[in-house]
Amino acid sequence: MPDSLAPDFTAATVNEPFRTPSGGRIDRAKPVTFSFDGKAYSGVAGDTLASALLAHGVHLMGRSFKYHRPRGVMTAGSDEPNALVTVSRDAGRTAPNLRATQVELYEGLSAISQNRFPSLGFDVGGINDRFAALLPAGFYYKTFMWPRSFWDRVYEPVIRASAGLGKVPTAPDPDRYLQRHVHCEVLVIGAGPAGLAAALAAAESGLRVILCDEQNEFGGSLLADTSSLIAGKPAQVWLAETLAELAGYSHVTLLPRTTGFGYYPHNHVGLVERVTDHLASPDGAQPRERMWQVRAREVVLATGAFERPLTFPENDRPGILLADAATTYLNRYGVKPGKRAVIAAANDSGYRAALALAEAGVEIAAIADLRRAPSGTGYDAAKRAGLPIETGKTIAGTSGKMRVDGASIASVGEDGTVWKTQDIACDLLLMAGGWTPTLHLYSQSLSKLRWDDTVQAYVPGAVAASQALRAAGAASGAYGLEAALSTGFKAGNDAAVAAGGDAVTTRVFVTVCPAGDASTFLGALPHNRDANRVRAFVDFQNDSTAKDLKLAVREGFRSVEHAKRYTTTGMATDQGKTSNMPMLGVMAQAQGKTIPEIGFTTFRPPFTPTTFGNFAGAARGDLFDPIRRTAIHHWAEGEGAVFEDVGQWKRARYFPRQGEDMHAAVARECKAVRGSLGIFDASTLGKIEVVGPDAAEFMNRMYVNPWTKLGVGRCRYGVMLREDGFVYDDGVVGRIAEDRFHVTTTTGGAASVLNMMEDYLQTEWPDLNVWLTSATEQWAVIALQGPKAREVLAPFVEGIDLSPAAFPHMAIAEGRICGVKTRLFRVSFTGELGFEINVPPSEARRVWEALYAEGRKHGITPYGTETMHVLRAEKGFIIVGQETDGTATPDDVGLTWAIGKAKKDFVGKRSLTRPGMMESKRKQLVGLLSADGRTVLEEGAQIVADPRQPKPMTVLGHVTSSYMSAALGHPIALALVEAGRSRMGETLQVLVPGRGSVAVKLVSPVFYDAEGARLDVV
Amino acid sequence: MLIIPCPHCGPRPELEFRYGGQAHIARPVDPSPLTDQEWASFLYSRDNERGIHAERWRHIHGCARFFNVVRDTTTDQILASYKTGEARPEGV
Repeated sequence: MPDSLAPDFTAATVNEPFRTPSGGRIDRAKPVTFSFDGKAYSGVAGDTLASALLAHGVHLMGRSFKYHRPRGVMTAGSDEPNALVTVSRDAGRTAPNLRATQVELYEGLSAISQNRFPSLGFDVGGINDRFAALLPAGFYYKTFMWPRSFWDRVYEPVIRASAGLGKVPTAPDPDRYLQRHVHCEVLVIGAGPAGLAAALAAAESGLRVILCDEQNEFGGSLLADTSSLIAGKPAQVWLAETLAELAGYSHVTLLPRTTGFGYYPHNHVGLVERVTDHLASPDGAQPRERMWQVRAREVVLATGAFERPLTFPENDRPGILLADAATTYLNRYGVKPGKRAVIAAANDSGYRAALALAEAGVEIAAIADLRRAPSGTGYDAAKRAGLPIETGKTIAGTSGKMRVDGASIASVGEDGTVWKTQDIACDLLLMAGGWTPTLHLYSQSLSKLRWDDTVQAYVPGAVAASQALRAAGAASGAYGLEAALSTGFKAGNDAAVAAGGDAVTTRVFVTVCPAGDASTFLGALPHNRDANRVRAFVDFQNDSTAKDLKLAVREGFRSVEHAKRYTTTGMATDQGKTSNMPMLGVMAQAQGKTIPEIGFTTFRPPFTPTTFGNFAGAARGDLFDPIRRTAIHHWAEGEGAVFEDVGQWKRARYFPRQGEDMHAAVARECKAVRGSLGIFDASTLGKIEVVGPDAAEFMNRMYVNPWTKLGVGRCRYGVMLREDGFVYDDGVVGRIAEDRFHVTTTTGGAASVLNMMEDYLQTEWPDLNVWLTSATEQWAVIALQGPKAREVLAPFVEGIDLSPAAFPHMAIAEGRICGVKTRLFRVSFTGELGFEINVPPSEARRVWEALYAEGRKHGITPYGTETMHVLRAEKGFIIVGQETDGTATPDDVGLTWAIGKAKKDFVGKRSLTRPGMMESKRKQLVGLLSADGRTVLEEGAQIVADPRQPKPMTVLGHVTSSYMSAALGHPIALALVEAGRSRMGETLQVLVPGRGSVAVKLVSPVFYDAEGARLDVV
Repeated sequence: MLIIPCPHCGPRPELEFRYGGQAHIARPVDPSPLTDQEWASFLYSRDNERGIHAERWRHIHGCARFFNVVRDTTTDQILASYKTGEARPEGV
């Protein structure tokens, strides 16, 4: 059946043969229609997808991961390993791997099963099951070894196509996701009886309390409890009253449908609230999910316990459920999970399920108890009720294809021998294997788990030093309603006191309820069949069996962490909620050790699969990262500029005219600057104001250059190293006053340069009297470059004599332009006569437009970063991060001249005399000319002496910058080449992938106007 | 996410801070007489503690000041927080 087949809701199957006539927390008066694999069904308000399908007798809900075995729903909660479905509203709103047990029904819900082709009933991949003997643990590792060439082209595509669970959506997610940061004194996770009691105690203290639960309704086990009394009232009446009481507190926040998914340091807990997934037509104003980042003073984990499956042969057929899940389906959802049940019991929950089912008219064919002498409230009641109880029995196997149709019950002798007694027909087989406290979050907090022999489970141990939490109820190993309420209330009270609240009066919850029972059986159940042939599943979702685990132990995987990865037990989307303890049981059995001796695996977030949207929140699209725009941005946009991202900045890259590509535009812009005048937005340059009596001394220590003698009103090109001697940043520095420097940095380096300066100033030289201030966004920078620059600029400037003698190259002055204060630099990154006009950003566009209007007389041309790069490369000026890569010394890139030779020390100086920094074979900056005069080299291309040498070749260097030079009429390139300065005039080869190599001649990196005459055109 | 006590501003979430590496590694007042080995050690050798570690943080989105923290790297417990230039407190 194709997935796209639109269901015909008018043909919905409305007869729900397994629905009870009354009872449960569903509303039979509110029918809901939904579809599963294209077939329409009816359900009622309050159903989950799983309960509604069970009401129709549909157990088959999925195919297993590896063997494609038919699988039915096994649990009634977040521990479900089998019934994974994809729920789809549209192409972008498609959620795979949802547990049918947690999907709330809404009108029109459309779900499809997974991991089957073409349909659940007939699955081609089911052939794997026939060849199971050929698919042992580690099958992939052992089989797909050779030939090597098949890894990427054959094995991986085939394996990927046949493996995997759900499929990802095909369109972008259109929904909104929000995040909220909150503080509270007490966070209670889990709103079963223990969590409710904890919240009551904490709420009475008046502190801020948050109570959350992953289910749609608060109540936990109370939701399926139809027999217990609390304070003389039926459990569900007490529940309603308690919820009303909690809702009455303004300082208590109640969050249903909210999963505590991660426990992070310092009591930082991540909750995800599913806001709209349960609604037929979500309100567009609501986010789909809301992540609550809670910082709680104290946390109470009332997360309950998961029931353990039993590991017997063929324990995975549809119709085989956990006992407590059957009770939940019956009592909470009004659904009978079958007609004739066999119960495999190692715990009293099996008897409680049997009693409830029997009362609802389900035939109890047998209760096979592994124990010889069981006891318990449920056992006693079942015995009184005359249910068929057999003790000392195991399940030796099951039968049935798409649904279980029989169970083999066998006797276990005192010596462990097993003999078959009978095959019993049934359509429902329940497993009551005992309980595992849900301690995922406890473990995530780095608090210790402790093995408790009495409850045969890991229970909360020492709390991690940086955390403040406690567990209560079944999560703490205290089973039964009475214990849940009393330990919960105590935990809530203790948490409130620890968070600074007052102790509250003790409450005693008088209960009439079944006693808690910690009985269990861990390990594979004994049977009398060929151990090499039968499969008893441990991890249902990943299809790993007791046999696989035993094989892993035989092959030497002693560590539980290794065996887990080798067999993939506990590694599927359910993260082993039902399989971890059975795995430990089988491993311990196989090694002849106790469970605490073999250890356990680590729990990691998230508790259940969590959407990417939850983590991304609003940070996507335009809001993914801040966008920084200059004051000139919109002008450039109006001129048709093409922008590029430089860090968070948007920078105009070039200004194409009609029909121009980038090369044509850049060539035109370059010619304009060299021939007449260009205007460039340099506002993104980092700017740092260095001020104070010790400013010059501080600059001396931070930069390689000498600063003491730099005159006021003069500039210098500064080079900054890291302490390891490698070039870190560069930029022009102007001395505004004796005690004031205007430092510019690279666009990308502004923040990190300031951080490094602050680091030295605060921690190494606190004695220096210097203040550092970021001024990047206080100054917009207009670069006016070209022979006509002075002529166009002059009429607008007041208070600065621009004549060459008064205002030479590398001068700076303060004055006014267009009536606005300016710091005017005479500097050039192009090699032409140039000015950089710093003005407040609020005035920058007005100044820019005034200069532009005046410049039009001379053909002023706006240019972008691409032209800026070409012009500087023609002059051999480096760009930090392009010619340097964090391993270039000043000498490597030809900047030795900048170093103040007389200075005793500066950051990085000592490193420059380490042996490796002075090697003659270091790579040095050179110019390259293509021998053919035409080829523009590829940046990053490797340079060799002989391209025909055997691989791996001896690489002499690489191309760092490469452009077509409009001014010169041929391509130019900069490169770092081993001992490059001693190779001037030599010819080397630049490798071109797939096309051999290009011969290049090594020349000086200064290609244009080497004598600098153009700086002083009059 | 840690809660880091800034000695100037009080406890703040980790998002407001930037890590600054191991604390109490003073730059030599005069690096020139150091041997290459000594200088390399200053540049590159850092402790990689499993346990109690003194480290620098900068409250970059707050007061912008560097300060020192003693943290247990196995539990993230913060045992002390003190200003730059102050000695590591006794006993932590």
